[in-house]
Amino acid sequence: MTVLLNDKTPVIVQGITGRIGSFHAKEMVEYGTNVVGGVTPGKGGTTHEGVPIFNSVAEAVKATGAEASCIFVPPPYAADSVMEAASAGIKFCVNIVDGIPAQDMMRVKRYLSRYPVERRMRMCGPNCAGVISPGKAMMGIMPGHIYKEGRIGVIGRSGTLGYEAAAQMSELGIGISTSVGIGGDPINGSSFKDILELFEADDETDAVLMIGEIGGPQEAEAAEFVSKKMSKPVAAYIAGLTAPKGRTMGHAGAIVTTAGESAEEKVAMLKDAGVTVAPNPGVMGTTVAAMIGA
Amino acid sequence: MDIHEYQAKELLSGFGVPIPMGGLARTPGEAAYRATEIGGERWVVKAQVHSGARGKAGGIKLCVDEKQIWDAAEGILGTTLVTTQTGPRGREVHSVYVEQAHHIEREIYLGFVLNRTTERIMVVASSAGGMDIEEISEKDPNSVIRANIEPAVGMQDFQARNIAFGLGIEAKLISKAVKAILGCYRAFRDLDATMVEINPLAITKSGLLLALDAKMTFDDNAFFRRTAIAELRDRTQEDPRETVAADQGLSYVGLDGNIGCIINGAGLAMATMDMIKLAGGEPANFLDIGGGASPERVAKAFSVVLSDAKVEAILINIFAGINRCDWVAEGIVQAFKEVGVKVPLVARLSGTNVEQGRKILKDSGLPIITATTLVEAADKAVATLKS
Repeated sequence: MTVLLNDKTPVIVQGITGRIGSFHAKEMVEYGTNVVGGVTPGKGGTTHEGVPIFNSVAEAVKATGAEASCIFVPPPYAADSVMEAASAGIKFCVNIVDGIPAQDMMRVKRYLSRYPVERRMRMCGPNCAGVISPGKAMMGIMPGHIYKEGRIGVIGRSGTLGYEAAAQMSELGIGISTSVGIGGDPINGSSFKDILELFEADDETDAVLMIGEIGGPQEAEAAEFVSKKMSKPVAAYIAGLTAPKGRTMGHAGAIVTTAGESAEEKVAMLKDAGVTVAPNPGVMGTTVAAMIGA
Repeated sequence: MDIHEYQAKELLSGFGVPIPMGGLARTPGEAAYRATEIGGERWVVKAQVHSGARGKAGGIKLCVDEKQIWDAAEGILGTTLVTTQTGPRGREVHSVYVEQAHHIEREIYLGFVLNRTTERIMVVASSAGGMDIEEISEKDPNSVIRANIEPAVGMQDFQARNIAFGLGIEAKLISKAVKAILGCYRAFRDLDATMVEINPLAITKSGLLLALDAKMTFDDNAFFRRTAIAELRDRTQEDPRETVAADQGLSYVGLDGNIGCIINGAGLAMATMDMIKLAGGEPANFLDIGGGASPERVAKAFSVVLSDAKVEAILINIFAGINRCDWVAEGIVQAFKEVGVKVPLVARLSGTNVEQGRKILKDSGLPIITATTLVEAADKAVATLKS
């Protein structure tokens, strides 16, 4: 199996009738994703890109049995869309939206925590490229053709840096089981550790590459998890060696504010935890190859 | 986005945080007039720039008469203040804040931040005010009190009370301190701040509790609903290169090196800058052209990067997903024609429509150095500087 998503997973797209949602919904269908519907309030009862449109996520779930949702709504409405998905019983949501206020995400996380763990919706993102199980299905905006099917799990904050890693691995004949974007925002749905747990339990994943960056505590948390709980080998690259303290580097979350958040400190913590760290972004593929003995 | 001290004080005062009497001045004459308006015997004249550590840099003067105020304002206004936080470029001083001075009994640190571990607003307070929080955490870590705020119900009175008692504030000032702490919290929450800092929150010899300095930072992503806050932006405090870039929808951060960078995606941009450093060079900037970049936007990125006189070479690195290499290549050609690229250019294109993109660059006959991998691109960019 793959983590989070396969070719059977019934997916809806929230914001499917917008320009961006529409374009990527089509790409997702072409890749083989089982897109069963879309949600745009006020356009229920119509069809778009060959799929039925519903006024609410609850209606869409009832009519289609959707389990996953990919969100492409403008940032002011994104928090509401996530909470709507959770309340309608969606199990997994990919939140692509860039530009959601941090306090909205705080409310979203608080809202999700109302549900008992076994019924709690898992979210990836916001501000991420999405999730792809190569050869099976994708939810997001990544170019599907650069991913080769295989047995390495990938977790990353950045979209394009994830593409770079996938391309380097493909070049070396190394494939990916699932690539998961966790996004570049300061408050996100799933952390590195959350996804490492899934890969550790997945019998179709042999090893993991995590691609982190400056800012926030999640790489440190991942290092601790790897050293205590992970049996599979983990490689990593951390971007932002040259980033000055206190400056936001594009991603809202890519900012060094306190101790432990710089690239050097994160690299040191990961190395101590037994993670194989790629010394530069040009060798992410060869680092994985050397680690798995390919 | 950062704002000035006087703006932060005005906002916080609206939420019930006590501040000394003060007023803004843009000329020495105005400064002297403000002092008369405020009354009293001692005043401070404070440079309004987006930076802390202004005192040590000569940006804060204590004055006891009108002549001193005039001289202090004259000495500060129009200068460029370089503090430990501004970098060597410093910040221009266009206004001073004249404030009633108080005899201070003790100084408290009070800060509110977004805690990324608990994903909540966190209060950080210390009885060792006056120093910055890093210094306090190092020198007097036991003095630091922290409390996380439950987002569903907000900060409760007891939390503010516990902090106030924890700071050792005397009983008769507790209710005032609670009001100030809750006021800061409400300002943080209601205005979509990402940081509120009062350092120091002072207790004066005459028994008053006053915010002597205030700093606020806001979440740019919330400006769609905080238009009044967005209007507090002061462009004179920004790096002019960043202002120009932001106006054109480009995410740019100016640095001190000489290799200009044009990249798509924040993560790939940071990685490319790292690669340049590891190849022995220094990046001049961070620049993310974003997704779906048109040839025009790529050409604009060149004009932004080249507006930095230090740039001696440019590295463009694109891994196209939603972007298209052919559009990027057209943008590069357009930049040569319209912007004029006089420094060596290394281009690495990969992903969507890469063959068309490479063909456009080749057919243009322009002196563009191409590379296929990230390592090769960085090596070539650094090599152009050595030749």
